[in-house]
Amino acid sequence: MPVSRDDVRHIAALARLGLADDRLDALVGELNGILGHMEVLQKVESAGAAQAAESARAGMTLRPDVEGAVPLARAREDVAPKTREGFFLVPRLATHDDSAEA
Amino acid sequence: MSHADWEMVVGLEVHVQLKTRTKAFCGCSAAFGAAPNANTCPVCLALPGALPVLNAHAVELAIRAALATECTVHERSVFARKNYFYPDLPKGYQISQFDQPIATQGRIVIDVDGTDKVVGITRIHMEEDAGKSVHDRFAGFTAIDLNRSGVPLVEIVSEPDIRSPAEAGAYLRKLRSILLYAGVSDCSMEEGSLRVDANVSARRTGETALRTRTEIKNLNSFSAVEKALHLEWDRHVTTWKTNGTIEQQTMLWDQNRGTVRRARSKEGSHDYRYFPEPDLPPLVLDRRAIDEARASLPELPDARRARFARDYGLGAYDADVLTATRELADYFEAAARDSGDAKHAANWVTGVVLATIKERGLDIASFAALLPASRLAGVIAMMKDGSVSSSAAKTIFALMLEGPGDAPAQAAREGLLQVGDDAQLRQWVDEVWAEHPAEAARLAAGDRKLLGPLTGLVMKKSGGSADPRKVNQLLAARAGT
Amino acid sequence: MSRTARVEASFARAAEVKAGADGLNCIISADREQSLADAAAVQGGALAGVPVVIKDNLATLTLPTTCGSRVLAGYVSPYEATAVRRLRAAGAVVVGKSNMDEFAMGSSTENSAYGPARNPLDPTRVPGGSSGGSAAAVAAGIAPIALGSETGGSVRQPAAFCGIVGVKPTYGRVSRFGLVAYASSLDCVAPFGRTVDDAALALEVISGHDANDATCAVRDAPVLRAGAGRLDGVVIGVPREYFPPTLDAAIRQRCDAALDALRARGAAVREVSLPHTDLAIPVYYIIAPAECSSNLARFDGVRYGMRVEGDGLQAMYEATRSQGFGAEVTRRILLGTYVLSAGYYDAYYGKAQEVRALIARDFTRVFADGVHALFTPTTPTTAFALGSISDPYEMYLSDIFTVTANLAGIPAMSLPIGRVGGLPVGGQLMAPHFGEAAMFRVAYALEDELGAEAHQ
Repeated sequence: MPVSRDDVRHIAALARLGLADDRLDALVGELNGILGHMEVLQKVESAGAAQAAESARAGMTLRPDVEGAVPLARAREDVAPKTREGFFLVPRLATHDDSAEA
Repeated sequence: MSHADWEMVVGLEVHVQLKTRTKAFCGCSAAFGAAPNANTCPVCLALPGALPVLNAHAVELAIRAALATECTVHERSVFARKNYFYPDLPKGYQISQFDQPIATQGRIVIDVDGTDKVVGITRIHMEEDAGKSVHDRFAGFTAIDLNRSGVPLVEIVSEPDIRSPAEAGAYLRKLRSILLYAGVSDCSMEEGSLRVDANVSARRTGETALRTRTEIKNLNSFSAVEKALHLEWDRHVTTWKTNGTIEQQTMLWDQNRGTVRRARSKEGSHDYRYFPEPDLPPLVLDRRAIDEARASLPELPDARRARFARDYGLGAYDADVLTATRELADYFEAAARDSGDAKHAANWVTGVVLATIKERGLDIASFAALLPASRLAGVIAMMKDGSVSSSAAKTIFALMLEGPGDAPAQAAREGLLQVGDDAQLRQWVDEVWAEHPAEAARLAAGDRKLLGPLTGLVMKKSGGSADPRKVNQLLAARAGT
Repeated sequence: MSRTARVEASFARAAEVKAGADGLNCIISADREQSLADAAAVQGGALAGVPVVIKDNLATLTLPTTCGSRVLAGYVSPYEATAVRRLRAAGAVVVGKSNMDEFAMGSSTENSAYGPARNPLDPTRVPGGSSGGSAAAVAAGIAPIALGSETGGSVRQPAAFCGIVGVKPTYGRVSRFGLVAYASSLDCVAPFGRTVDDAALALEVISGHDANDATCAVRDAPVLRAGAGRLDGVVIGVPREYFPPTLDAAIRQRCDAALDALRARGAAVREVSLPHTDLAIPVYYIIAPAECSSNLARFDGVRYGMRVEGDGLQAMYEATRSQGFGAEVTRRILLGTYVLSAGYYDAYYGKAQEVRALIARDFTRVFADGVHALFTPTTPTTAFALGSISDPYEMYLSDIFTVTANLAGIPAMSLPIGRVGGLPVGGQLMAPHFGEAAMFRVAYALEDELGAEAHQ
């Protein structure tokens, strides 16, 4: 299933990649080239293999509800590009009513 | 505007913060109110190379929430990444659960005008909270505080079984009560530990298919939910009636204006590209742990209310009031048991105790610290055995709020003890009988109307300290009636 | 030699071989004063005073952790990777962070924002990738041990190209806490050693359960240092899919010689089949980009790293990420986003996970059938010339023999088995899950039996 220029533009937007138009065309070709090699998988009979593997997997180990985070060796302010009064700053969102997607 | 022949269809998504000490995936404190970004670490800051490790107590509380709402708890569930960009989502994805959540298929029973109605719960899943974005503190900037990032949540999704704003309100109140009883969360919308998103659509009564729905966010109280549902449903129906179409979109409740409006258009689409979280193996629960959690669940509100009505002979209203919270129910029950008088205990708790709590801006826990149930029981017991009159009891209650000392001691100190001593009472009765022969004769002849006035005369003679019930009994016996 | 003297010698060697940008470009940051101070402070331990080089995608406290990317230029991590902490707790002294393909995506270390690294045996050629800098540093004699990371062969392939030992442990053997994630279900911290024994020691030190990594197995570190012995009763499987008719004749000849060496030690050699091998590259190049597209979302300029201001938040994200990420990373993020996107998940990611399970099953079957370890060539070619491969998919094909072990999660290692045209050839061993001890037993024996031939 080949990807189009619009597809690539859409994916780039989803991934916040900001691609220039000249890059876009090259990428369409590169991605289609790569995806072409993936078609071989469609012919493989594989139903249920992943599920069988998953059921065999051991469950995760949990941690106790006790305070003890990994400490930071340097202040957040030293690591972050822009902070003020302890907050991380980013350009103001267009309107704060652009609510988070969750 | 009434829309006869049209039906409201509502499903509610409730996010509840679990009452853990630390965050879902790291050992940072989950406590509210710290300085911005004080409770952060490499994991919840999403520093390169950091990894999540799940909090065992969060799992326990999620299981409790599921069991308390009669869900099936799945022994195997899987975490998934929900991918999107937002500055208060540091990893660029939220760790949540997608097609294999921890629990499914529960129910809550609500009371709709005296009839029970079941609202189904589709699923409960675990996920982490995002941080907070503050938009108006620094001009031109949005300020990000990640203290809340990583706090454990459960999302409880109802079936679209709700048919009115009132039902929505009843569902939320019942859900909250259940979760508070189960000790899962503080469930406070004001503090943000309980959040509601509402999905609403409309259809003609009798239609079985669901029409397009819209989602309302930014609801900040149960009454806001009810108002917003009404407004948005109205818009749906009006639109359908005028042959318009409803677009699937997100709406926002505006608290200031009391309106529901469209959210500004999103940048980018809602393709969350869910896939199983590779940093977390499946969550495998052992059956025994689930059974232990079930055994450790306290008696839930409905069951407790029914038992109060049955075992203590309480009416529906009183049973309701007394089981509003587990703490209040515990207080009442302790007072009832210690005093041996559930009816009076109910009166006292629903009356004077709740009034005092409200007046003084307390909660039941701080009231109980002031006046433990056992001390209250003392007053009630004295009333029951006639040692004090009910007005004296109220005085004693007020005194006990101010200082230590059990009820009998207070009563004695204040001279409030009723005389219940038979010999003394008989003497007073005899005196009055002698002093008022005409009335005594009429009483003896069967005119019960004299009982009251004669009792009053004995009370007067005793300076108010006689136990009026006993006086009454003695007079009646003297009259041979 | 005192510890500080050892570190001095390491820095001297680095200067001699021009480890920096003016030469091999295998070391991209170092702090001689800090390293000497660290050496002086060493109390003891299994690696007391041993200089080690750390791949630049492992978090260290004083030197930056750039992952070979502009987006993390100058970023100094405020916490340390578990594997690095364990090396240092054993007395090792970090003498530099090594160059790598950006975010571990590449097979040549030509995808670094800090310029390509070069092979010490022939600086016109690549050292391999993505852990090329670490491999070059060990091959050049700067340190006997280095840490790299593996997702598709990024330690075994450079080890083969540079003539040293490189080990991918079982997935879950070594904590990933502090390893900047590329593909979380595949990534492993993986050591290089000048010799099998060096690699064994390093792996012993860094292995073992870590409460900070939920995918790290609850197991103690394995005991690996055995020394060379006999291999009587050991069955070595030779999968025919790794010896196609197209395999370079000279490489095949070195492999045959290695198998003879194993037989000389008493091992039995048996031909086996891993039928889904040819599906491994497509499977890998769906799963790894998918996971990377999600793992790299955190590079948004908000809390650390590079930020390019823009007109609004979305512009900031896009400017930061478009200027911060190189071409290969951009390509893989796009590929990954695409295969996870609505409508394509089942056909690509879902399908790839199914076939991955089949690939893993191939190994399980063979190991259950009396085979103790597998032997194959590590790479289809020796180190290729810088700039000689421009087609992305052709570059991906250099992982063809290594990727299967990452997909199955099994341990695998490369050790030198000879030279062709003066360039090193690596032989690969693979073993069942958590079978490092068996794998090393064979490696020690092979290394010992080949002796000097391994470098001829």
